[in-house]
Formats: sequence, structure tokens, C-alpha cells
Amino acid sequence: MTALAAAPRRVLAWSAPVLLALIVLPFVVPPYQTVLLSYGLVFAIAALGFNLLLGYTGLLSFGHSAYFGAGAYAVAFIVKYARFDSMEAFLLGGIVASGAIAALFGFVCVRYTKIFFGILTLALSQVLWSLAFKFFWVTGGSDGLRVPTPTLLGGFVRAGNDKFEFLSHRYYYYVLGVFVLCVAIMWVIVHSPFGKALQAIRDNETRAEFVGVQVWHYRWVAFVISGIFTGVAGALWVPLNGLTTPDILHWTFSGKMVFFTVLGGFQTFFGPIVGAIIFNYLETYAVGHTVYWQMVLGVVLVVLVLALPAGIVGTLRWLAPRPARAETA
Amino acid sequence: MDTLIVHLLNALLYASVMFLIAGGLSLIYGVMRIVNLAHGNLYAFGAYVTAWAVGRALGGAIEASLWLYALLPVGALAAAALGALLEPTLLRPLYRRAEEYQLLITFGLLLILEDLMRLVWGPYPLQVSALYEALGSLTIGESIYPTYNLLVIVVGGLAAAGLWAFVYRTQFGVVLRATSQNMRMASALGVNVNRVYVQAFTLGCFMAGLGGAVIVPQQGAVLGMGVDALILAFVVVVIGGLGSLEGALIGALMVGIVREAGITFFPEIELAVLYLMAAVVLLVRPAGILGRA
Repeated sequence: MTALAAAPRRVLAWSAPVLLALIVLPFVVPPYQTVLLSYGLVFAIAALGFNLLLGYTGLLSFGHSAYFGAGAYAVAFIVKYARFDSMEAFLLGGIVASGAIAALFGFVCVRYTKIFFGILTLALSQVLWSLAFKFFWVTGGSDGLRVPTPTLLGGFVRAGNDKFEFLSHRYYYYVLGVFVLCVAIMWVIVHSPFGKALQAIRDNETRAEFVGVQVWHYRWVAFVISGIFTGVAGALWVPLNGLTTPDILHWTFSGKMVFFTVLGGFQTFFGPIVGAIIFNYLETYAVGHTVYWQMVLGVVLVVLVLALPAGIVGTLRWLAPRPARAETA
Repeated sequence: MDTLIVHLLNALLYASVMFLIAGGLSLIYGVMRIVNLAHGNLYAFGAYVTAWAVGRALGGAIEASLWLYALLPVGALAAAALGALLEPTLLRPLYRRAEEYQLLITFGLLLILEDLMRLVWGPYPLQVSALYEALGSLTIGESIYPTYNLLVIVVGGLAAAGLWAFVYRTQFGVVLRATSQNMRMASALGVNVNRVYVQAFTLGCFMAGLGGAVIVPQQGAVLGMGVDALILAFVVVVIGGLGSLEGALIGALMVGIVREAGITFFPEIELAVLYLMAAVVLLVRPAGILGRA
């Protein structure tokens, strides 16, 4: 029985109406809200990737901005040097770039755990940031690189004159499609024997090793997969933003990724998705309403850690316990 | 020859400030096993408080009287007070929990402090250059060098010596070292661990605040200086070893020299080279040069 077929009926039951709502959304709400949700979905893909490392393998990386930025800058370089504007090429470039960098950084980082892992990932992502920042003749420095609207589905769907209409309809469905695909792939990964091995490593590394799981190898593969998902998110993010700057490579952006994953609940599957989308709204409205939006986010994070460590979805699950069945998060 | 001396003095200047920040970070980690991501903002807080206090005391005068230098440590004391306030309220509930939560709460604290400084002092930099200029400059060969920088280097050296004496030659230092080596054993022997933690955290914040206080006449207090300093403090601590003060000193010296060399010869990779150095040290000797894993 495949993992998808084994998906609990409960999950399918509530995800169908949610998906329906998401599909109908552009016809119901103003375009601005659709674009805002697109950003949320993009961050949700990044959170999904990040949580493979945090929630399922037990490794807290403070340098995931490196892979998001790798995907984003890959898109920018494809536009700048190859003069392509196909979204598929962007995604492919993002996957290759973030996968390569994740493979390299992961090779170096997964030997360590806990605090050294965190600091090493942070230091490596800062190397990338400083390179993007300083080599301005390649990367545009702090001005960044502009990216025009791409063509979707191999050139069949073009932007036309109204960019905002394109973003809020056709591009939104594209992002939604990639998002659903990523959720499905991650579900399969997490429920596969590979995913189980990762959880075993997270729970008790020594025991896993005694059972025969090659800890380093599994961690490295998880790291690369996680990086690729985050890179896909980065590639999707750039056309929405129109511009890529070194900010997304800075460690404070990694901190935001950790924030929204924990906000949603990193010990659940859907928690990070919920957290990313909610964080996106939180940040947007905080920025729109007060100059001191960082303080708002900081207070939310402190309250979260002190009072609601299981995150939103985790706390909801604790409040409404499901009947005892042999199923994993 | 004199440009070499100037470069060396610049490197020592940078190393002094870095030692103060990183030494505090290392001390806090060594005793409490907490990586304080908000540490850079305590340095910034010290800088802001000193700039504000000296600015108020100057009251618009151009010439700074020498008494104002005695006001410099006020930033350090303010940072220490803030630390003493934060540790029991925000950090103590998390000691029994996983490390991730400590990192998260200090990250939240970083965000809060950043905007707190914006709220109190506004988005514009605070300058107190009167103190910087009042000491004049020296002539070294054919170059002119500000005397204030030498003061910073001296303060850094004195802080290093003082801290070493404090940790290795006083009763409090013995208790501190005991708690850092084996918290449970120290507790079993009657040490009030909670109190030691507060004291260690306060001392670490004092050092960070002192770093901010001594450098603010030279470069002013600017929003975002905390975040920049934090990442460099991490590089220093990684190189020298988390938890070791001597390591922080060595790391600070190395970072100061490499940065000065980088700026002089190849400015583009100046930042990257520092982070790469940290990465290399983490690969070859993850505990740092003088650290214990």
C-alpha cells in the first residue's frame, strides 16, 4: 500500500475543502489578497523543506536562507546571462543550484549536531550573503537583480500587458499547483522507510546506528532534499517579487524560516505550512501598521516559545486529541 | 613601516572590541550553555546608552572635558542591568527545554531589542565624536593616528586581564568555573546555580555593553550594529572555542588581523574570508582552537 493511499481519511477530508477554497480564491477576493497568499504558499514550500530537517531529522539549521537565495539568484542569473524567461527553466535552475549548494554545505555540516550544526549552517549562509553583497558586478550587490515576468508551461501561457492580473490568476494557479505537488512529494518522503529512518535518527541516534541506519548518509540526503524544496520556493518567489536582493541570503531570513516553522508547529506535517501562511499575513500587516513590526514579531516569538511551544497546529491537536491509532504526524 | 604599525593598531582596535563582545558571548555559553543571539543587541544597547548619556552631559558643547570619559562605562552598566533583568524572566524557564527553544527565544529578544532601541532613540545615528576628537592624534612616522583608538586598545587589554584575574583568581571565579564544568555537581555542593547564572549573564552583558560604550565615540550608535556585530562575534567564538575566554582573545586577534589584511589587499572578499575561516575551523577542529566540545 503506497503512503498516499494510506493517508488517513481525516487528512483527505479536510484538505479537499481547503484545496477547493484555494482554487476558487482568485475569483472571490481582490487580486492583492491572492498575490499575498501566493507569497504565503511560497514560504509554505520553504517551510515544508525546512521541517524535513527540523521536525523529522532533528537538525536546526540557521542557514536555510542560502538555499532559498540560491534558487532565487539562479533565476536571476538565467535571466541575466541566458536570457531565458521560461518558468520551467527557472524551476530547473533553482533545483540544480540549491541542490548543488545543499549537497556541498550538507557534506560539511551533517557531521555535527545541535549548536555546532546551527552555527556552521549560519556561517556558510553568511559566506554566500557576503559574496552576493560584495561582488556587485555579478549579483547587482545590494541593488539586486531584476527579473521580468516569466512564461509558464513552456511558453504557452504568457504574461500579457497586465502584470498584476497575471500574478493574481495564472501565476497563482501555477504556484498552487507546485505547492500541491510539493506537499504530495513531501508526504510520500516522510511516510516512506527513508522518512521513518530519519525519525529514528532524530529520536535516538545511537540506537538507529545500532539498528544499521547510516546516520551521516541519511542526514545528508535529508539535507539535500530540504535544500531543494527551499530552492524551489526561492525560484517561485522571484517572479512574484520582481527582484532578488542579498537580503534573502542573510541569516535573519533564515531566522524567519525557523520562526514560521515553529509558529505552525514543527512536530507536525501541516504545521509549518500553516505557520508560513500565518506568518506571512502577520508580517505584512505588522509592517503595514507599525514601524516597530520587528518588535511585534519578536513578542509573538517569545510568547510562542514560553506558552505555546507546540505551535499553532500542535496546540490545536493537543486541544482536540484524535482517537489512538497507529499513525505518525 | 609606519603604515604597517597603523594597520596593526587598527587590527588591535577591532580585536579589542571583538574580544569584549565575543568574550561575553563565550562566558555566557561556557557557564550556561546558552547561545545568546541577542548579545549583539546588548552591545548596541551599551553604545546607545553611552552616546545618549554623554550627549546629554555635553549638552551641545563642542569641547569635551576629560571628566566625560568617566561617563563611558554607563553603557556597560545599563547593558548589565538589562541582562540581569532578562535572564530570570526569559531564559530561566527554558533551561530544561530543548536547545532550539533557547535559540528561538533569544532570536525573538533580538527582534524586540532592535525595535526597542528604535523606539527610544529613533532611527537616526547617535554621534558623540567630541570624545573621539578631544584626545587628538599621534604621529607615527609619517602617519597620523587618533589617540582614542589607543585608549580602546588599552581598555580591551585591561578588560582581558581583569576578566582573567576575576575568573581565575577570585572565589567567585572558582564558583563560576565549577558551575560551567559540572552544573549538577556544583549544585550538589551547595552552589546557588540560579544566582550564578544571573551573575554570569550580567557579566557577559556588561562586557558587551562595554564594547559598545568604548567604540561609540569612534563610529557612533547606529541601528543594525548589533546584528552585524553578532555574526562577527560568532566567528570569533567559533575560531577560539565556545566557552573559552582565552579562545575569545585569540579568535579576536585573528579576526582583527585577517579583517585588516582583507580590507587592505582585497576588500571584496573581506567578509567572506572571515566566514570561511570560521567554516574551516569548524571543519578541522569543531571545538575551536582552545575550546572543549
